[in-house]
Amino acid sequence: MRHQTKKKAGKVITTMAILLLGFLFIAPLLWMIIASLKPETMIFKDMGLAAFLPKEITFSNYAQILFSDRIHFFHYMWNSLFSVSMIVIFGLIVNSLCAYALVKLKFPGSDLILVLIIALYVVPFESMLIPLYIVVNNFGWINEYPALIVPFIASAFNIFLFRQFFMGIPKELEEAAMLDGATPWQTFWRVVVPNSKPVFATAAILTFVTHWSDFMWPLIVATDESIRTVQVGVQYLFTDNNIEYGQIMAALSLTTIPVILIFLFFQRYYVQGITSSGVKG
Amino acid sequence: MEKTVTPIQVERKTLTYETQKRWLGIAFSLPALVLLFTFLILPVMLAFGYSFMSYNMLNPDGKEFTGFDNYIRLFQDGIFLTSLKNTLYFTALVVPIQSAVALGLAILVNKKVKVASLGRVFFFSPVVTSMVVVAILWTFLYNVDSGLINHALNFFGIENQPFLLSADQSMNSIIFMSVWQAAGFQMMIFLAGLKEVPEELYEAAEMDGASVWQKFRNVTLPSISHVTGFVLIITTIQAFRLFIQPYVMTNGGPSDSTKTLVFMLYENGFQFRDVGYSSAIAVVFFFIVLISSLILKKILKQ
Repeated sequence: MRHQTKKKAGKVITTMAILLLGFLFIAPLLWMIIASLKPETMIFKDMGLAAFLPKEITFSNYAQILFSDRIHFFHYMWNSLFSVSMIVIFGLIVNSLCAYALVKLKFPGSDLILVLIIALYVVPFESMLIPLYIVVNNFGWINEYPALIVPFIASAFNIFLFRQFFMGIPKELEEAAMLDGATPWQTFWRVVVPNSKPVFATAAILTFVTHWSDFMWPLIVATDESIRTVQVGVQYLFTDNNIEYGQIMAALSLTTIPVILIFLFFQRYYVQGITSSGVKG
Repeated sequence: MEKTVTPIQVERKTLTYETQKRWLGIAFSLPALVLLFTFLILPVMLAFGYSFMSYNMLNPDGKEFTGFDNYIRLFQDGIFLTSLKNTLYFTALVVPIQSAVALGLAILVNKKVKVASLGRVFFFSPVVTSMVVVAILWTFLYNVDSGLINHALNFFGIENQPFLLSADQSMNSIIFMSVWQAAGFQMMIFLAGLKEVPEELYEAAEMDGASVWQKFRNVTLPSISHVTGFVLIITTIQAFRLFIQPYVMTNGGPSDSTKTLVFMLYENGFQFRDVGYSSAIAVVFFFIVLISSLILKKILKQ
C-alpha cells in the first residue's frame, strides 16, 4: 500500500513538473502569437499574466504585413516556400539514388565514396561560406533562385539517412524482382521506393525544416528584395524603424506556424530522423 | 513457362544484370557526387587556398600569394582573440548546461504519465522555431524596461537587469536563450536512448533498495553513455557555429562581448570583402571544430 501511494505521489509531482516547465518552454511562443493578435498599444502595456490574455483580438497586423504595398511578406514566404520545396524534391531524388547506388549497386570505389560522404558531414557550413559565394557568383546566380536551391540539393546527411534505411531492405525482395526480369532501375522504382516511404518522409521533413530556417546564406546571396526569403525578411522588419511591433509579431508567427504545423502532423517521422542519425549510427 | 528456364539462362541473365548494375550505380550516384564536389569539396579546398592569399572581392585582379601572412595577422588581431575567447566561453557553458537540461527533460517525459507526450511537444517546439525568430522574440523579452523577463524578476523583488545591453550579461543572456531553444533536440535523442534501457535493470536496483539518485547514477547514466557521447559532440559542433544570436540581438556588442568566430568570418568576408583574411578565419574555425570533436570522441571512448 505504501509503495502504491508513493508511486502515485511521484506521478503527481512528475505531472506538475512537466506542466510547469512546459509552460516556461512554450511561453515565449505563446506570447508571440497572442501579441500578434493585439492592438499595437497593448503589446508592451500588458505585462504579467495579462500578456497572455488578449482583451481584444484583431487581425489587422496580419493584413498589414501580408497585403500592404510597403511590406511584401507574402512574397518572402513564397520565395522561401518555393526554394525549400525545390531543395526537398530534387534532394529526395538525387540523394536516394546516390545512397541506393552506394549500398546496393556496388561499383569499384563505391565503399570509399561512402566513407568520404560520411566524413563530409562534419564540415561546418560556415567554413566554406566565402568560397561557396564565389563559386555561386561564377555561375551568375547571385540574387537568382538557383543560389538558394542548387548548393543544398545533395546532402551528405540525407545520403547517410537513406543508406541506413536501404541497408535494412532484405535482399530477397530485390532478387525476386530480378528473377521476374526487372532491370535495376525498375527494381528501384517498383520495389525499393514503395518500401521506403518512411525514410522519404523523414528526409523531406528534416530538409524542409532545416532550410526554411536558413538565414546566413540567403542574407548573403539574396540581397535583392524580389528574392528575399522569410527569415531575412523578418530580420529586415525587425531593424526597420517605421514598423509597428504588432506587425513584427505577426511576421514572426507567420514564419513559425508552417514548421510547427509540419512538426505536429509528422512528429513521428521528424523524431525518427533525429534519433536514427545518432543512436543507431 | 517457369519450369523451362535452364540454369544457363539464369546465369546469363544475372551476368548482364551485374554489369547493368555497375553502370547504373555510377549513373545513379553521379548527380549527387558532382553536386557535392562543386558545392562542398571545391569550396573547402578554395578556403584553404584563399587563406594563403591576399584577395579582396573589391579588387579581384589583385590576387597574390602571401604565405602565412593572413594567419600571422590573425593571431595578432585583438578582435580575433576576443572572438575566439567568446566562442570558447559560449561552448564551454552551453554544452554541459544544455545536455544536462536535455537529459532532465528526457527523464521527465519518459515517465509514464498522461502529460508526457504533451510535454514532449512543448519542450520541442522552440527547436522547430527558427533561430532568427527566437532571437528577435527574446530581444523583446530581454528589453530593460518593457521586457517580460524583467517584469517577472520585479515580481520576485529583483530589480531590472540590462541583459543584452551590458557587456557582462550579454553572452550569458544569449546562452540562456540558446539552451531554451535547443534543449528539446537533445532531449529527443536522450529519450530514444532511455527507451532502450531494459526495465529489469531498474527493478533489480529497486530490489537492492537503491535510491532515485543511485538508480540514475548506476543504471541510467552507464546505459546511455553512447547516446551521451553523441549528444556532447553534436552540441559542441553546434555551439562553435554561434552567429545568428549575436547578429540579430547585439551585433557583436556591447564592446565586442558577443563577437564570435563565425561573426568575424562573416564581417570580414561580406562587409570588408576581405576573402583572404576571412578564409584564414574559416580554416582556423574548421580545425577548432574538427580537433574538439576528435578530442571529445577520444575522451568519451575511455
